[in-house]
Amino acid sequence: MAKQIDLLDYTLRLADNELIIGHRLSEWCGHGPILEQDIAITNIALDHLGQARSLYQYAAEQFNHLTQEEKNKFFASATLQNVFTSGASIDEDDLAYLRDVWDFRNVLLVEQPNKDWAYTVCRSLFYDAFKFFFYTELLKSKDETFAAVAEKSLKEVTYHLRWSSEWIIRLGDGTDESHEKMQAAVNDLWMYTGELTAMDDTDKTMLSHGIGVDLATIQPLWQERVMETLKEATLTTPVNTWMQGGGKEGKHSEHLGYILAELQFMQRAYPGMDW
Amino acid sequence: MITMSQENKHKSEWPLWEVFIRSKAGLDHKHAGSLHAADAQMAIENARDVYTRRMEGVSIWVVESKYIHASDPDESESLYDPANDKVYRHPTFYNLPDEVKYM
Repeated sequence: MAKQIDLLDYTLRLADNELIIGHRLSEWCGHGPILEQDIAITNIALDHLGQARSLYQYAAEQFNHLTQEEKNKFFASATLQNVFTSGASIDEDDLAYLRDVWDFRNVLLVEQPNKDWAYTVCRSLFYDAFKFFFYTELLKSKDETFAAVAEKSLKEVTYHLRWSSEWIIRLGDGTDESHEKMQAAVNDLWMYTGELTAMDDTDKTMLSHGIGVDLATIQPLWQERVMETLKEATLTTPVNTWMQGGGKEGKHSEHLGYILAELQFMQRAYPGMDW
Repeated sequence: MITMSQENKHKSEWPLWEVFIRSKAGLDHKHAGSLHAADAQMAIENARDVYTRRMEGVSIWVVESKYIHASDPDESESLYDPANDKVYRHPTFYNLPDEVKYM
């Protein structure tokens, strides 16, 4: 029984990461520094959104199989509770649009603001590198849906990682100004990277069932890949930084509320609206 | 003569590249359009996003636009019109057997 709850939790973590970084990147749509990059970043945002959809569909299916008592305990968001306490089943849209901040389980990194191009590509590098190694491991998951999502996503994340790495190198090893901005982004975002590979109870339970990924094996791979790119970009890797955490348990920075306000407005103001 | 402002504009903009896409294996690369990029690698990546998002291609060529040399449109009469009345250069005088379908 605990396994089902943990699996749902785990699925939502993966899905929420995708939705939130996808939304952040989509904020660039129409504001990209150059037409070609505007299209590229919007394209990448759509890849993330597509992955979020697959995972939300899976999460909704799992949720609908829980007992009413388990359902009542799982989400605290009132609007979502209204849907399932009446006995109705939930779907991917309910999960994206009707949960409040504390029911989101994404890591803090993905909700950090775009700020400028350097911050945006730096956040992407940190997340893409993690996701690349994570999904490579997830291919071996005993959970067939996870393995299938991993297989489809790997092609996309391989490109995303290449794209973000390219930009880090270009800007880090560019002009004095671009180097300075890139280094500032690396320094400021570094403290959100610890959470990516920190194991908690849910991670351990999923690992013990052969479903989840051993984050301890991902950590050195992530570190090496990121440091290699930073080095090529003539940037300094921060050391001994205190690491932020809490996103996976629903404790978020102030930014997520603003994201949800924009993302969920339409469904909140006009419930069930379709277009 | 290039004016000062034109010169500055050129400096701040990435160069233009022409993009050629092969739509499937066995076909030729065809001119798809152009885009801006800082170098060849970025041009290929930009072309991937701008021109192959809807599965238009399996291979991309890029060349910086300044390396394309074109014929002069003002000379098109002398260059191309003379071919107009040389029908004997086309293989249109052969009787094709019915079995040959795709010619």
